Amino acid sequence: MRTYVEGIGVLGPGLCGWPAAREALAGARPHVDVGVTLAPSPLLPAAERRRCVPTVRLAMAVGAEAVAHADRDPSEVATVFTSSSGDPDTLHQILETLASDQRELSPTRFHNSVHNAPAGYWSIATRSREPSTSLSREDDSFPAGLIEAAAEASVDGWVVALIAYDLPYPAPLDAVRRIVAPFGVALLLNPERTSRSLARLDIALSARTGEATRMADAGLEALRTGNPAARSLPLLAALACGRETSVILDFGPSQQITVKVSPPC
Amino acid sequence: MPAALPPTVVKQTELQSLKVSQVCIVSSLGPGVDATLEALRTGRGGLKPCTFETVTLETHVGEVAGVDRAMLPEHLAAFECRNNRLANMALELDGFEVAVTDAVARHGAERIGVFLGTSTSGILTSEVAYRHRDPVTGALPPGYDFAATHSTGALAEFVSRRLGLSGPAFVVSSACATTAKVFANAVRMIEAGLCDAAVVGGADSLCLTTLYGFHSLELVSSRPCAPFDIDRDGVSLGEAAGFVLLERADRAPDAGAVTLLGVGESNDAYHMSSPHPEGVGARLAMERALSRANLSASEIDYINLHGTATPYGDAAEDRAIIEIFGTDTAVSSTKGYTGHTLGAAGVVEAIISVLCLKAGFMPGSPQTRTQDPRLQSRYLLANEDARMDRVMTNSFGFGGTNCSLIFGWAG
Repeated sequence: MRTYVEGIGVLGPGLCGWPAAREALAGARPHVDVGVTLAPSPLLPAAERRRCVPTVRLAMAVGAEAVAHADRDPSEVATVFTSSSGDPDTLHQILETLASDQRELSPTRFHNSVHNAPAGYWSIATRSREPSTSLSREDDSFPAGLIEAAAEASVDGWVVALIAYDLPYPAPLDAVRRIVAPFGVALLLNPERTSRSLARLDIALSARTGEATRMADAGLEALRTGNPAARSLPLLAALACGRETSVILDFGPSQQITVKVSPPC
Repeated sequence: MPAALPPTVVKQTELQSLKVSQVCIVSSLGPGVDATLEALRTGRGGLKPCTFETVTLETHVGEVAGVDRAMLPEHLAAFECRNNRLANMALELDGFEVAVTDAVARHGAERIGVFLGTSTSGILTSEVAYRHRDPVTGALPPGYDFAATHSTGALAEFVSRRLGLSGPAFVVSSACATTAKVFANAVRMIEAGLCDAAVVGGADSLCLTTLYGFHSLELVSSRPCAPFDIDRDGVSLGEAAGFVLLERADRAPDAGAVTLLGVGESNDAYHMSSPHPEGVGARLAMERALSRANLSASEIDYINLHGTATPYGDAAEDRAIIEIFGTDTAVSSTKGYTGHTLGAAGVVEAIISVLCLKAGFMPGSPQTRTQDPRLQSRYLLANEDARMDRVMTNSFGFGGTNCSLIFGWAG
């Protein structure tokens, strides 16, 4: 599947926005682990800005950055959201309430708990009625989203934003499902090469023959293995370097995805 | 006057039709295709007063009998939870495993994709675990396996292993449209050459989160739900699992084979938990499905509605239907039979639509006595025999996500 990257958004520890992340990922400056601030998206109406939860904030921040980078109208862009989980804080609060004697849930908390909450808020904020899907595959959620977005671009001919995000769980869930830090990434993909193209991606699915590409920096490698959305880091590093290179992502127990990253021309 | 629709930006190309090779289903109507058809033919609904778990809400639910006793195969014991058990019950029905085994022989296990939907996966396991936290440390009880039970992706992992499939697999969790949307994923992945066949469908099981959650939104009826009725006052929740084996359509299809002709996806861009009042997103999904199938509205013989029996939702869908189809096309919701099975509703109603197409009747609507006069669609209160060529089914969900599917005879 061939597709062209027109825009990139990223938000994670020490990786606040693509311009800064690009330098760290290309090795132009060391990666320094600093905390992530998640603010409500200015694209949202006031009521939704008050109600939105951390996953929505993270997904919308990286999605908006990628769409702006590509100079695209988000109302004309299809979306693929992917995450291993719904909003972790909301999930914990609902489970605590349901384990108590007072089981009444807040309606806002309930609608924020659905896996596709970021997709719903995004659609409201951007006025996009284009197709949107919300995927999940535990630690392989990013490659699942990547093949779906690439298929939407290459088969259906859609301009599509792939938005991947995962956040740490609060106690006690953090003991059974460890996610080390918030991380979100978005890629704006176009089936056609345009003047805005940053890179060409050729994406192939095959039986697993090689090891997944790792990060040389120990901190970034810990983030890659500690957050499903950060499985994208080797691909982002390849995009940051701008040279032709191939990246291998594990997908499921016996398959892999090979992404050949090339200059767009 | 119908509201002006925004231009359809998304490119629509005619879909390469996929053959529905096999289906399996379990819902409160009973195990398997035969029990489902018998219930629809005789008007036997599955909704009963709620006695589920420790729930104290005054409501009716479509609970599947025997899920608690339906153990998983021993080598998959780590996946034990209500949702995976429900999925496993369906997989053991209707000759589905044999059909998948045959498909593996034709294509290879790595060439069959698994694209499944669920909204709440095995969350019931976590709901119960939270009642048994350590009183001092707050820790969850030993043996609780988040990844294999609660995690949204667990269903894809479980079903892939259960069927011995190693093709691309993921879960779509787009609320109540999700197991309709998985048909679109299969179409794309097969057209992209990533697989030659796909198991689509999914499972959603009763849990406290959705029962108390829908109650908090004041969307739940205390009675068995009555879609399109003048006195409708909300949904009844249910649980179900259903799976469909899709393969590239043969050049010379079998007599009696049914194919997926069209899929249409859209968003409302309106509200998190209410549909667009003019049904704008619903209309876009139906129009896109017709366009992908290269069909006109008059070529659809029956539409299985989303029809959850909320006053607002049924009115929005009715408006979208009459703007595209007028008032002659027969429509009904089968949620009066099964309840709203949430993330499973898409595949349950896709399977019901295919079964009714094959059996030659359009299903009525058990609790619906008097159609709301403000709703103008030709809504079926009782079954009608009909030779149909093509059927549509609608699924809409929280977050304003919409999906329509069209099935018809092969060839």
